[in-house]
Amino acid sequence: MTSRKIEVLVGLFVALAIAAFMLLSLKVANSGMAGSGETYMLYAKFENIGGLKVRSPIKVGGVVVGRVRSINLDTEEYSPVVAMEIDSQYNNFPETSSVAILTSGLLGEQYLGLQPGFVDETVSILKSGDYVEDTKSAIVLEELIGQFLFNRGSN
Amino acid sequence: MIVDKLQQLGQKSIAKIQGMGRATIMLFGALVAWPTPRKSFPLLLKQLYVVGVLSLLIILVSGLFIGMVLALQGYTVLSKFGAEQMLGPLVALSLLRELGPVVTALLFAGRAGSALTAEIGLMKATEQLSGMEMMAVDPLRRIIAPRFWAGVISMPLLAMIFTAVGILGGHLVGVDWLGVDGGGYWSAMQANVDFQQDIMNGVIKSAVFALIVTWIALHKGFDAVPTSEGISQATTQTVVTSSLAVLGFDFILTAVMFGG
Repeated sequence: MTSRKIEVLVGLFVALAIAAFMLLSLKVANSGMAGSGETYMLYAKFENIGGLKVRSPIKVGGVVVGRVRSINLDTEEYSPVVAMEIDSQYNNFPETSSVAILTSGLLGEQYLGLQPGFVDETVSILKSGDYVEDTKSAIVLEELIGQFLFNRGSN
Repeated sequence: MIVDKLQQLGQKSIAKIQGMGRATIMLFGALVAWPTPRKSFPLLLKQLYVVGVLSLLIILVSGLFIGMVLALQGYTVLSKFGAEQMLGPLVALSLLRELGPVVTALLFAGRAGSALTAEIGLMKATEQLSGMEMMAVDPLRRIIAPRFWAGVISMPLLAMIFTAVGILGGHLVGVDWLGVDGGGYWSAMQANVDFQQDIMNGVIKSAVFALIVTWIALHKGFDAVPTSEGISQATTQTVVTSSLAVLGFDFILTAVMFGG
């Protein structure tokens, strides 16, 4: 076994490992947001976020436009505030838009459904840092279970 | 009676701790020195070939088959709930977090670790190591260090190859054979796998396992009783001890990384 052959084979081995790592990080993992990477933040206050998690998708008509950045509890009203990181490409939501927590399928994970509202002269466009006022939990069954657990848990 | 038992226990404990101490001294002597890349790089390359490249075949084949079996088994359960699109995340997460690092480490212990132990044990039995010392060549630097680095470098690479091949094997069975939607396989995977949380933690795991397995293999060889029986015992011990250590540390690492 000449030293050159060994070197070539080791080089091949390392190249294969790099290819595997690229496959894993690019094809398997979600490498952040698809698209430009520029994002802006919107906030929404809910009564109950159910099973929503950080990095849950935000969808408009089924299309992912962003992800949940963080979920915090408002210390004045003790209601959860969800920070939404939305692709700057979609920066034209009017302040009449609404956000609902939806579930994909019966057993699927929860996501935020953003519903763009109407536009006229008195309605302004949501800017970075604004709150979406109109929020609701969508599925009644889940809301019932959520409220039941919430009431039991709170006292 | 009881005192005898206590004495036995104490003797065994002292022997174990002494062994750990010798292993630490060995590793320290091998690694803590002025680096001489010109001399040590060719040695490292040779060992990367022996330890890494020659393990490639078993890693590729087992990765492929484990991915295929995961997809097959996962499909039977998931299809009962109508959740076939979760097959991708199932295969990817179980490979990235657990099976990739752990099975690679077990195979590596069997394939490369045992070979390292036998090689060094035989060197010791045929007095090559003392011969080197006679010629003022430090066997720790010349024999142990390149093997150690080769193991620590190549095992994370092997684990990554294992995982990637396993995911492709899952694709082969799930999508091409059982008819799960191909786009869904990848997109559900992308939605559920996090780079930092899953991939990097898997890499850290396999790096830790690499250290454990290689260290145990080298120490068992270096510490072997220099007879044919001693070498065979040392080789067996390498596989048994490093497999148990890998499984034990896997539980601890999993509890730390994903438990909280």
